[in-house]
Amino acid sequence: MSKAITNVLFAGIGGQGIILASDLLSEMAFRCGFDVKKSEIHGMSQRGGSVSGDVRFGTKVYSPMIPAGEADYLVVLSEDQVEVCKNMINENTVILTPAILGDFDPGKSLNVAMLGALNAGLKLDKEIWFGLLKEHFKGELADVNIAAFERGEASVK
Amino acid sequence: MASERIILSGDEAVAEAALCCGVNLGVGYPGTPSTEVLEHLAKIGGKAQWAPNEKVALEVGAGVGFGGGRTIVTMKHVGLNVAADPLFTLAYTGTKGAIVILVADDPGMASSQNEQDNRNYAKAAKLPMLEPADSQEAYDFMIRAVEISEKFQIPVLLRMTTRVCHSKCIVDRWKPVEAPKESDFEFAVKERVMVPAFARPAHVRLEEKMKTIAASAEANVLAQKETGSADLGIICSGISYQHVKEAFPEASVLKLGLTWPLLIESVKEFAAGVKRCVVVEEGDKFLAEAIRAEGVSVEAKPDAFVFGELSVSRVKKLVAGDTTPEPAAAPGRPPQLCPGCPHRKSFEGLRDLNCIVSGDIGCYTLGTLPPFNAIHTTVCMGASIGVALGLRRSLKEADARRVVSVIGDSTFMHSGLTGVAEMVYNRPATGHLLIILDNSTTAMTGLQEHSATGRSLNMEPANQVNIEAVCRAMGVDHVDVIDSTTEHERYMELIRERLASNDVSVIIAKRPCILQIKKLAKFQKGGAK
Repeated sequence: MSKAITNVLFAGIGGQGIILASDLLSEMAFRCGFDVKKSEIHGMSQRGGSVSGDVRFGTKVYSPMIPAGEADYLVVLSEDQVEVCKNMINENTVILTPAILGDFDPGKSLNVAMLGALNAGLKLDKEIWFGLLKEHFKGELADVNIAAFERGEASVK
Repeated sequence: MASERIILSGDEAVAEAALCCGVNLGVGYPGTPSTEVLEHLAKIGGKAQWAPNEKVALEVGAGVGFGGGRTIVTMKHVGLNVAADPLFTLAYTGTKGAIVILVADDPGMASSQNEQDNRNYAKAAKLPMLEPADSQEAYDFMIRAVEISEKFQIPVLLRMTTRVCHSKCIVDRWKPVEAPKESDFEFAVKERVMVPAFARPAHVRLEEKMKTIAASAEANVLAQKETGSADLGIICSGISYQHVKEAFPEASVLKLGLTWPLLIESVKEFAAGVKRCVVVEEGDKFLAEAIRAEGVSVEAKPDAFVFGELSVSRVKKLVAGDTTPEPAAAPGRPPQLCPGCPHRKSFEGLRDLNCIVSGDIGCYTLGTLPPFNAIHTTVCMGASIGVALGLRRSLKEADARRVVSVIGDSTFMHSGLTGVAEMVYNRPATGHLLIILDNSTTAMTGLQEHSATGRSLNMEPANQVNIEAVCRAMGVDHVDVIDSTTEHERYMELIRERLASNDVSVIIAKRPCILQIKKLAKFQKGGAK
């Protein structure tokens, strides 16, 4: 039954925008008509420690936590977190790290660039994505983030 | 508000429901994973405020209820220990308006000092406890809790856990519930004044009330039975239900939305209809033991599962009775004090002076880690002072003179004042030194205001308790305010001097949290925090 659900695991370091990335994907999945659950751990992790966010969407999702070994996608904003998440992945897991962006440095929009890279696989409606990014980021920041999303998506193809 | 579907965390959903119920006041003390309830309530237009600690918060909530208003009182699991004194007797007094106490447990200790299971408080204090399994139920059960509290005139515990508080899912919001009516104070002395003569009949009334609740339609609607295979039946509550549904989609399931009083009739009927009946629960074997005590045969989980939080894979193992060791998760990057954090210099000093440091609860607890290694005991909010005073009584003099207490400003206002009274009143022969690490915020839980910051929960100007003046007024021999970063040499000298004397001293190491400075700058520019 697990394939009725798509499991996306985000991982990084406190302050990198993991929580925002998982929030944006959750909202996106919701707007695309899926049931969705998202889980994360706050607290001590805010102080520069490892942070991860689980997003699960599909026709019906029960547990908010991705079971061990069942991540379909692992998106890390800090390369060293791949090792931390190794018990969550399997041989088919798509692993996306900032290295995929090549010489493109998205700066503070790294999380959104990686959402773009993720969407190369998820193939969720880009118009809905852009609408969501425009709602969340105001003014110039919206353009910067949409550009980062597109660069991220293009870097996978 | 029309029915509207949005994505909410469990904490946000409780706040939305509280607003929908026309709650007069939300009050609590910050604590992961409960903090966001009051922050969200304030954000959406409800009235919410931070109390100095959970005991005071519950007492304020009690007054709201006695006056006929509705309240939600929020805290993390260990906060209920602080509020336990009013809790047990409020069960006797009962209430007129709804008192809902949200208590957020932290199985697995994502951000806590223990993983106590607060379902035990419901049984011990004899209060109803509701346990939502996701954000939708957090919303629904908050409203149910208000209804039960007012119908049966009793405070209600709403127990959530980290994964219910912080997970987000889709929530359907209802239309508003009828708002509480303003009424005159009712002089019901025999119900509200708990002297022995009035408390004895109150205890009898409470026991009767709990029986009535257990038999009521309001309670029994909270037992949700899903008929599946007759071979395996699982009794569960809260987040465990979600893991069970994914791990055993074919099983029959009884989800108890009300875990106290025990809905024994529903349990009996369910257990009788399945060949094997297993109780899947996080924390203690609370339900299994209560059910067995009623003479119903169910399987309790193996001891290995009283530790940590459950997951789909752990639930599979639990039901299979598989207690083989689980693979340890790879260690992530540990949290640390931020670069530029004022606590860094404070701890470097204590380390370099070879102090024995009795610590407290907050960001600064991270001072125990390298490169500081400068906290040597941490128990609970405020314990830095009492524990240190005890150490000074039991250690040989040379070591007693090295003992220092460190406490943050928010923790000091929460539980440090009585420690200072003890320090002044029962002075150790070697005196004592308390360092208040004043960074002008409650940093660990995400920069909440408190009674000594000069701002209210929603960032309005408020009266400010003057910590320095309080310490002087309480009779501390020396009170110094110093910035341990910019005046480091003087800070070191002062510690040496105070430790060498037999006086009781306070040093307030004052420098704002760097994250708080950013938050305030943002706020002053007119943005939200």
